[in-house]
Amino acid sequence: MPDLRSRAVEIRRIAVSLIHGAGSGHPGSCLSAADLLAALYFGELRLGDQDRDPADRDRFVLSKGHACPALYAALHLRGFFDRAALGSFRRLGGLLQGSPTTTIPGVDATCGSLGQGFSIALGLALGLRGSGSRVFAMLGDGELQEGQVWEAAMAAGHYRLGNLCAIVDYNKMQSDDLNERTMRLEPLDAKWRAFNWHVRVIDGHDFDEIGAAFAGARATTDRPTVIIANTIKGKGVSYMEGVPSWHGSVRLKAEEIRQALADLGVPPDHQPGYAFHG
Amino acid sequence: MVDEAQGGNAGFVPSLIGTSGETLREAFGRALTGLADRYPTLVVLDADVAGGTGTHHFRRAYPERFVQLGIAEQNMVGVAAGMALAGRLPVASTFAVFALRTIEQVRQSIAYPRLNVKLAASHPGLDAGPDGASAQALEDLAAFRAIPGMAVVSPADAIEMEKALPVILDYNGPVYLRTGRSPARRIFDESYVFELGRGRIVRDGADVTIVACGVEVARALDAADLLARDGIFARVVNMSTIKPIDEALLVACARETGALVTAEDHNVVGGLGGAVAEALARTTPAPIEFVGVRDVFGESGEPDDLAEKYGLAGPAIADAARRAIARKTGGTR
Repeated sequence: MPDLRSRAVEIRRIAVSLIHGAGSGHPGSCLSAADLLAALYFGELRLGDQDRDPADRDRFVLSKGHACPALYAALHLRGFFDRAALGSFRRLGGLLQGSPTTTIPGVDATCGSLGQGFSIALGLALGLRGSGSRVFAMLGDGELQEGQVWEAAMAAGHYRLGNLCAIVDYNKMQSDDLNERTMRLEPLDAKWRAFNWHVRVIDGHDFDEIGAAFAGARATTDRPTVIIANTIKGKGVSYMEGVPSWHGSVRLKAEEIRQALADLGVPPDHQPGYAFHG
Repeated sequence: MVDEAQGGNAGFVPSLIGTSGETLREAFGRALTGLADRYPTLVVLDADVAGGTGTHHFRRAYPERFVQLGIAEQNMVGVAAGMALAGRLPVASTFAVFALRTIEQVRQSIAYPRLNVKLAASHPGLDAGPDGASAQALEDLAAFRAIPGMAVVSPADAIEMEKALPVILDYNGPVYLRTGRSPARRIFDESYVFELGRGRIVRDGADVTIVACGVEVARALDAADLLARDGIFARVVNMSTIKPIDEALLVACARETGALVTAEDHNVVGGLGGAVAEALARTTPAPIEFVGVRDVFGESGEPDDLAEKYGLAGPAIADAARRAIARKTGGTR
């Protein structure tokens, strides 16, 4: 637990560097999700190691697939692929596609079209029911505007899938604008309760609260759990925090990546170490 | 879950429409149930139409392997993907017109990761009948054929359905399987062997080839009878695999008969006709006439009446064959 914070910072550094190196990607969404991903990949998830794939390993579905640079960072740090693979992000013939695919070691579901990954997670949870495996899915807040999400939410509540845990990265922003101005989501906790879910609302950047919410999900076996994690878009990079325009696929200019890495505690002489694309 | 066979206290039981003969959906449901023991990972997914698609047979026999997702087809397709990732062999079933609303889910969640999921759709084409145009899917073959790596199969009769199903389950990849609502005439006998990707000559002839799928195979045989009265001998091919199409057989037919007609209960745009034309245009161009719904929507009516009105019946196929023959360069007729 003590090094979750440093793992999350490292996920952020790698994610923004991948986006800079590739010339495109969604930084704001990676940065809001980084602490939750660190808590999953360095805490809550029981992963199969690469040589042995225990049938009862947990699964993670990044339904908000555009945050994959942060997922790839976490998987790299957990040893699923090496540093050289990071340089393939968004490159022709590369391993690391612009959205997560099951061809990538450690990726449990192919995602990228919002709303669909959550149904896949539901199918995994139904298929693995009784096996000891648990299934986690991370959704974006804007993603909740997809009707398919509520089809899946209704079914998970109906089947009382205690082995399913959804995490909403609630950074309040989507591609074009604030959720509030695009399509209002509130009252969000009440919606999930009405769909027969166990609901936890937390600060998605507070590791104690994240840990307690995961413990609550683990202890709730008669219903699925949703963790509504209040987060800050662009968390950790001064000029991105709370600015919707850093949601979309953007190019990070040289000065911007320099500042981002500096904000994330990488001094200028160490920054070349994050030039994965060579 | 209430079984539709369990009626109310007066003993009245609602009868299913169109199940009196050998429908492809009934054959599908019965064959699926019969294969459950052979395929222990098989699970069947439904979106509240089990009584219509034939999967109620499976539900009755294997309730623990039947997953009801309610009227939510997009989620059903995603759940099928997840269950495949969990090591199951999912067969998801709905009506063809509702399968169309899952086209992006099939593309993204099933075909792109090349998951071993089968999507079985009943009530395709004008064969859906009295429910009218909103229930008559005329675009499914074209839509699912356009997805990379997706196989598309449309059997002609109950025997072929029964023979095709285990082959489809053995095939490791996504398949769109078109069943049918209305009683389908018998084409094959029990000796029939289905091969994925292979067409089958069901009647030989040298003057023209009619390439058909689904309910149109029986109507193509009607057309061949009509043509024979005029001394025209039509070859009839059952092209139940629309993708991957049997190009070798098509090339042979083009060479040997010099002209072709395609016949499908589907829009003439992008379905079997499109697949045949694509296969022949590169290497063996020949006159092709296309029988299908002519880029319009259908209407309520009984399937055979609709087939007559919309030009899918035997006489229309025979007319198309005459047109194709007349277009042969240096044609003999």
